[in-house]
Amino acid sequence: MSILLSNISKKFGTFTALDTINLEIPEGELVALLGPSGCGKTTLLRIIAGLERTDQGRVLISGQDRTDHDVSQRGIGFVFQHYALFRHMSVFENVAFGLRVKPRRERPSNAVIDKKVHALLDLVQLDWLHNRYPDQLSGGQRQRIALARALAVEPSVLLLDEPFGALDASVRKDLRQWLRNLHHDLNVTSIFVTHDQEEAMEVASQVVVLNHGHIEQQGSPGDIYDHPANAFVSRFIGHTNIFDLDEHDVDWLQTAGLSTAQPRGKIAHVRPHDIVIEKSTTETDAFVTLKDWQHLGSLIRIELIKNGSASSVYAEMPNDQFRRLHLNKGDKVDLRIRHAHWFH
Amino acid sequence: MAQSSIMPGFRPAISFTIVYLSLVVLIPLSTLVFQSFQLSWDDYVHIITNKRVLSSFRVSFSTALIAALVASFFGFIVAWVLVRYSFFGKRFFHALIDFPFALPTAVAGIVLATIFQPSGFLGRLLIDSFGVQVAFKPLGIVMALIFISIPFVVRTVEPVLLEFESSMEEAASSLGATRLQVFGKIIFPNVFPALLTGFALAFARGVGEYGSVIFIAGNLPYVSEIVPLLIVTKLEQFDIEGATAIALTMLVISFLLLLLINVLQYWVRKRSGQL
Repeated sequence: MSILLSNISKKFGTFTALDTINLEIPEGELVALLGPSGCGKTTLLRIIAGLERTDQGRVLISGQDRTDHDVSQRGIGFVFQHYALFRHMSVFENVAFGLRVKPRRERPSNAVIDKKVHALLDLVQLDWLHNRYPDQLSGGQRQRIALARALAVEPSVLLLDEPFGALDASVRKDLRQWLRNLHHDLNVTSIFVTHDQEEAMEVASQVVVLNHGHIEQQGSPGDIYDHPANAFVSRFIGHTNIFDLDEHDVDWLQTAGLSTAQPRGKIAHVRPHDIVIEKSTTETDAFVTLKDWQHLGSLIRIELIKNGSASSVYAEMPNDQFRRLHLNKGDKVDLRIRHAHWFH
Repeated sequence: MAQSSIMPGFRPAISFTIVYLSLVVLIPLSTLVFQSFQLSWDDYVHIITNKRVLSSFRVSFSTALIAALVASFFGFIVAWVLVRYSFFGKRFFHALIDFPFALPTAVAGIVLATIFQPSGFLGRLLIDSFGVQVAFKPLGIVMALIFISIPFVVRTVEPVLLEFESSMEEAASSLGATRLQVFGKIIFPNVFPALLTGFALAFARGVGEYGSVIFIAGNLPYVSEIVPLLIVTKLEQFDIEGATAIALTMLVISFLLLLLINVLQYWVRKRSGQL
């Protein structure tokens, strides 16, 4: 179901958590609310869920105003950061809970509940654990049980708060892919909160970047990476080198082949892979020295020092391409900037 | 065991524990048991089946049970209010809860007797408006026991309520549960083991309570005479054997009841996956 947020504002005391947020999420998308901690992303998620009240603004779920509906009446599924499984119930009863608390008229029979719960546990590939208690499960298993529990009530919207935050790195990688596949199969509109831009880019079909209670940009991962709307988004998503025209970077950028004749701003952001380097042929006009490099798997990140200044510039290139250059630490290097984003 | 343990000081600690438990608990209690061996079985049965003794047992255990139940109910509510809400004077109420712990029980007894006796402030009010006499009746004993046992319940339930993850409640609500269902199916089952402990403590305290009860009870044989008072009476009449027989019975019953409650608690925890 589609979600429409209009003019959502929320204050905690004097702190403005959200400031007139307008957001439309089309049906079937898998959306990431991305931002640094304290940007209001979790508050926004809780407002959509009805776990938090708005000071102002409306929440519409599939066209119906749900602002004044209690969380239990919104038809959402919520997966909590620390799972919030019911400790005193078995895995089976946890998943069955949403069905058992339905009003008597709507409550399915025990046989139906049994069948449905086992089907959901199969979906998250944990049916063999149905007799266990939450304390006996690993983090990744708890996460999947929490998801099965939320899906049991057939929510129109699935909300996940930092779904991978409390897991270790390898489990997180698997679960990301798994969540993406699951969303593809179920096609239920889903929103998850994360502070990890890699996670957002990898899992989501739409990314909403938040900062200080504002939406900075909304778009597909590719859009946001290739066309950042402002300096904050550019800095927050991926790595970037920042050059400030006011700080005597003009000559340097011109030498690197970037036109500063009619700049579209004062600050140039350059992605590491938009910097091309070559071993310097003429010793004299080389103006960059290779300081060090790091292996990032398929990519090499190269740290360069601008001669005459202490600050570093980072470039990235594929592994084999770097090997062909035969570069060593301390080599003089020629550098060319292919592309920059300009901001004021 | 001691060698492979990371925690140092196992030997001195266990030695100290054993010596301490022996001196303070085991030796006095076993003396009681040995003392009772001087009685023949027939003598023992004769003392225990005395009508006055039996009715005192009934009074003691029934009043303690009722008081522990009432204290559990109200203690739970008090703990709930203290944990869940913030209000003016909360710290004052917090301190007030522990007051029955600190107060000498005899003082509590005199105060309760004074206000609940038929000419007292609350006593007269209750008789005039409901025709209920509290003092010198088993009801008076229940009243005194509730007074002294409420803090046991509050102080055992409170930390569990404080620790309770509110996200569990939010999760239940998001799954469509009503407020009542959230309380009944999520909060209460998680607090129940602690409440059971509080109940057991309140009950045990109630069975053994002396000071706060004797003033308000009136101590009428067959009506409002409690077992501890009967023991004291027997001792004052130098009937050591009679006192010992009653005391031993008391000890065994209390022990069995605590055992029962512990088994119940084990079962509750096990059933809810906390073990």
